[in-house]
Amino acid sequence: MTSPTRKLLSGDEAIALAALHARVALGAGYPGTPSTEILERFSELGGRGQWSPNEKVALEVALGVAFSGARAIATMKHVGLNVAADPLFTAAYTGVSGGLVIVSADDPGMASSQNEQDNRRYAVAASVPMLEPADSQEAYDFLWQAFEISERWKIPVILRVTTRVCHSYTLVNPRGPNGAAKPAHFERDIPGRVMIPAYARPAHRRLRGKMAEIQKWNETSPLNYSVPGNRSVGIIASGISFMHAREAAPAASVLKLSVTYPLPMEKIAAFAKTVDRCVVIEEGDPYLFEAIRAAGIEVEGKAEMYRFGELDVPRVRRILKNDLSPEPAKAPGKPPQLCEGCQYRLVFETLRARDCIVAGDIGCYTLGVLPPFEAMDSCVCMGASLGIGLGLRHVLPRSEARRVVSVIGDSTFIHSGISGLVEMVYNPPPDGHVLIILDNSTTAMTGHQEHPGTGRALNHEPANKIVLEDLARAVGVKRVHIIEPRAGSTDFARVLDECLASGELSVIIARRPCLLIVKRLREFERCDCERKEGHVQQSH
Amino acid sequence: MSSNLTNVVIAGIGGQGVLKASDILADVAVRAGLDVKKSEIKGMSQRGGSVSSDVRFGQAVLSPMVSPGEADFLLVLDSTQVETNLGVLKPGGTLIKPDAVDPAKLPNRKSLNVALLGALSAHLPLPEKEWIESLREAFAPEFFEPNRQAFLVGRQGVRGDL
Repeated sequence: MTSPTRKLLSGDEAIALAALHARVALGAGYPGTPSTEILERFSELGGRGQWSPNEKVALEVALGVAFSGARAIATMKHVGLNVAADPLFTAAYTGVSGGLVIVSADDPGMASSQNEQDNRRYAVAASVPMLEPADSQEAYDFLWQAFEISERWKIPVILRVTTRVCHSYTLVNPRGPNGAAKPAHFERDIPGRVMIPAYARPAHRRLRGKMAEIQKWNETSPLNYSVPGNRSVGIIASGISFMHAREAAPAASVLKLSVTYPLPMEKIAAFAKTVDRCVVIEEGDPYLFEAIRAAGIEVEGKAEMYRFGELDVPRVRRILKNDLSPEPAKAPGKPPQLCEGCQYRLVFETLRARDCIVAGDIGCYTLGVLPPFEAMDSCVCMGASLGIGLGLRHVLPRSEARRVVSVIGDSTFIHSGISGLVEMVYNPPPDGHVLIILDNSTTAMTGHQEHPGTGRALNHEPANKIVLEDLARAVGVKRVHIIEPRAGSTDFARVLDECLASGELSVIIARRPCLLIVKRLREFERCDCERKEGHVQQSH
Repeated sequence: MSSNLTNVVIAGIGGQGVLKASDILADVAVRAGLDVKKSEIKGMSQRGGSVSSDVRFGQAVLSPMVSPGEADFLLVLDSTQVETNLGVLKPGGTLIKPDAVDPAKLPNRKSLNVALLGALSAHLPLPEKEWIESLREAFAPEFFEPNRQAFLVGRQGVRGDL
């Protein structure tokens, strides 16, 4: 029963291993739970993984790689695909020469996200094929499969995973490394890749043609298969829901869908005919249910109450029984909080004491919303602190407008705060604005990843550093302050008061490395020194 | 099908080594030739929030999650987290709390997670040799011996009670 090659891997780790084995030339992404570990592991295994400033850039870099004939992945959490949606929709038109797989890691139940959007809708909206693995073995296999589809039809493919697949560990038998990587080379294809309207119109038709072919192929693909069972109940499921459904109803017939766009409707119709009652079990939106019903196939869905949160075995049992009684509440756990000694505590205490109106952002510091601080008034998406703060400043009565501040972390600022900063300079509110950048030299929330402002690459080796204060001055902000917030010091409060009173545009960079990485930073610095000394010795 | 499975939930607070403990348990089950799934929600646990990890092993595991009321074992590293997690335990299931181990006997307090794994191990049909090998791989060489000792303190503590 033991096989020497089987490994217990998380879904993320399995995708990373598959990327290595499938000879992915480059993986680009932005950290985001539950996708972060894919590129980290890929890099640890020896793959070339890069953090981009945001998901849009990551997808564009990956697309450039795929235009050259090499294989690329772009990894991101579900909301990251919103940021990358712009290149996604037109990359579907241009297609690719090499394989391009976009890993979209959704977070039903919002373990660590601001919404639980269902990114299966993106595959439909952009018209690209989508695969949904149910465990780590499938995560491994489906990345390979996604490349085969991508290269055969020259189209980007979405590998859609969810938190439970990303962060569950299941056994994987890897097939091992592929032969040589596909060599990169440039082949000019102006009408194929320059999407002016004259070239985009035929590209749209080409795309629909490809999708029609893929749908035909998918009708007979062994990736979608049925598990025989009794005739009374049939279940259609994909992803992790397949596992829950098999356990909840071991006797039922099950149609397992793996390529969930474009759907194999004939196969689904044939399956539905073999059972008396056919139920679609899916997490999140009724995506499969609506598509199957729209095709005229009689299936049951789930009650609205099961649209919220993750599914599990008991919830699937309830759906099958059509049980609408209230679900037992889970005992609340201990909520996360800003670490003891975190420098942001002082920042939020100061903002609270001044009754500031705080347009917040996404990161650890969002915890400033919880008691005892309760010093955050909005948190919408990456970078939104700037625009929302400015909007409030533009229209609020003066007494309120002057209390508005935008608060954003260093990594989030680089991700999508920079264009907000440009907006601040270009359309300044009458009484100016105050932007506080909480610079802890890391992407802390997702587990301390590097970003362009840390001066280190994904693998922690030295990289060019974006200096936040230089950037702020370069776009035209005159008041730029750098403060180290420390308990017992009133420096931060003093500078904040000055900036609020000035009526000018101000940027306060509250800079102090995250407590949790201080030891690691010293280690990096030691390595950097050794590297430099090595160079000196070599030159002698 | 699930009746052949062993369902374990390990719970505590971020930073206590919950995930390390569940990694080791899952690894030992893999070494014993079983099918294994392990599932946890990480996300914000690093900021001191509750964290728990489900480990299931047996002939064939489907869902990676332990359903409420179906855990054979609940191992809790922090006494404040017992109430929160008690609902996962099946009737007659075994609860292992921090007081299952005498802290005075531990080489250091940080190894409580491994000591409680030792206590759990006394209830499971997994070979001691595999536990020790798994510990050896899980820790840097200098931390292996204290953790091995902690494991044995937990394991023998339970065995002594039997």
